[in-house]
Amino acid sequence: MVSGLINENPTVYERKERRVRTDSTNTDEFSVEPIDQLEIFDILFFDFAIVNIHHIRDIRDPEHPYSLEQLKVLTEDSVEVDDLKSYVRVTFTPTVEHCSMATIIGLSVRVKLMRSLPPRYKIDIRVAPGSHATEAALNKQLNDKERVAAALENPNLVEMVDECLSPSFE
Amino acid sequence: MDLMEKNLELIEVQKLEGHTDRVWNAAWNPVSPILASCSGDNSVRIWEQSSLSRSWSCKTVLEETHTRTVRSCSWSPSGKLLATASFDGTTAIWEDLGDEFECISTLEGHENEVKSVSWNASGSYLATCSRDKSVWIWEVLGGNEYDCASVLNGHTQDVKMVLWHPTLDVLFSCSYDNTIKVWWSEDDDGDYQCVQTLDESSNGHSSTVWAISFNAAGDKMVTCSDDLTLKIWSADISMMHSGEGYAPWTHLCTLSGYHDRTIFSTHWSSDDIIASGAGDDAIGLFVDSKQHDSVNGPSYNLLLKKEKSHEMDINSVQWSPSKESRLLASASDDGMVKIWQLETIP
Repeated sequence: MVSGLINENPTVYERKERRVRTDSTNTDEFSVEPIDQLEIFDILFFDFAIVNIHHIRDIRDPEHPYSLEQLKVLTEDSVEVDDLKSYVRVTFTPTVEHCSMATIIGLSVRVKLMRSLPPRYKIDIRVAPGSHATEAALNKQLNDKERVAAALENPNLVEMVDECLSPSFE
Repeated sequence: MDLMEKNLELIEVQKLEGHTDRVWNAAWNPVSPILASCSGDNSVRIWEQSSLSRSWSCKTVLEETHTRTVRSCSWSPSGKLLATASFDGTTAIWEDLGDEFECISTLEGHENEVKSVSWNASGSYLATCSRDKSVWIWEVLGGNEYDCASVLNGHTQDVKMVLWHPTLDVLFSCSYDNTIKVWWSEDDDGDYQCVQTLDESSNGHSSTVWAISFNAAGDKMVTCSDDLTLKIWSADISMMHSGEGYAPWTHLCTLSGYHDRTIFSTHWSSDDIIASGAGDDAIGLFVDSKQHDSVNGPSYNLLLKKEKSHEMDINSVQWSPSKESRLLASASDDGMVKIWQLETIP
């Protein structure tokens, strides 16, 4: 039987311990705290739990209920942030070079950041250099604001993105 | 009058609030003090200036027609009609009836999102473009009838904007395929062909071209791009006016280093100031340096850069056609439309 998964045997890595933030000295609820790499990583991982590759392809058999972290699609080093310049760039590595899920992953990362970061933030998303067959085309599409806006008006795509972003069961 | 020698400042005249999503485009009515803006909230807002107080207020909201983002709007040369292009695949034509606007026609045909709409100088043709890679020309017939006259294929990707030349029936389009295409009907029989493509080999852009604008004379144009540059082009259009055939456009100069995010919009004023609006939240103003180098040709200087003119990306900058004052409208992802005045400060 052909299972049809893009990546049948993804390498699964250990999940990192959630680091406890030790900013207990700051009790002013209105103070502005600078956003750093770890915070954005947490934003991307805390609720960015499950990418059910099977589900996105309309086959209802959750064979790989792993997170992007466990598949090393995203790591802490994936995030470059400059809070003073209100800039963030996330580089992700699809598990397979021809991964057609790359667009959904990229879109989901962008949506997650858009929902979590202040509006002043400029967000760039890209695939890790050398990690995807159509890298330039993919990066261009993921960073075309108008194309992203139109895509997010497509209910089917939004549903897929929301599925990627739905909280994990833990 | 040398602008470079004056102390100029872009002063915020008014902030127009009302849209509940990003504003993609703003367009000044060519004959009256009216401004149209369109948004991701699926509506178009018509703002009017009070003759008494000189302030702008929202006269009417055109909603319940487009079912998705309204991406751009354009007034007919007479100022009586407004065309609105939407992600819902349609282009609506609205008539200003005084108290209200009525949707008198809906142009359908594009396979997906319509990005831009433009009227030709006489108001006899409309052009639209889409992510479906095509450019459509529509003939304006009497009795609120519009007929598709031509479907132009050639771009290999999403077409971002179409614009008719200010004096000739020559159509320009720019695209995600990094090129600008020129469409012309040589025999004036309505059979438009692509007569020129400005790509990287013509010193063109190296990424998506978002907008085009002509100077008043129509012999120069400015284009802006995701490659972070503005490019100025020129053509000997007197040749075209006298019927000597097609006059090709050539690259004149490139303005780079002024914006560090995608430049989404550019507009050339009737008194020769080029405005740019970009994803770095800044508005740039440029003028001809008037230092004509026989080797390098004309060059343009930055007149001023207004940082943080909005809280988010600027999607559109448009100079008012009014001769009285130098008014500029800007539309942004922050949901605002702002009206600015370029003033000399003492």
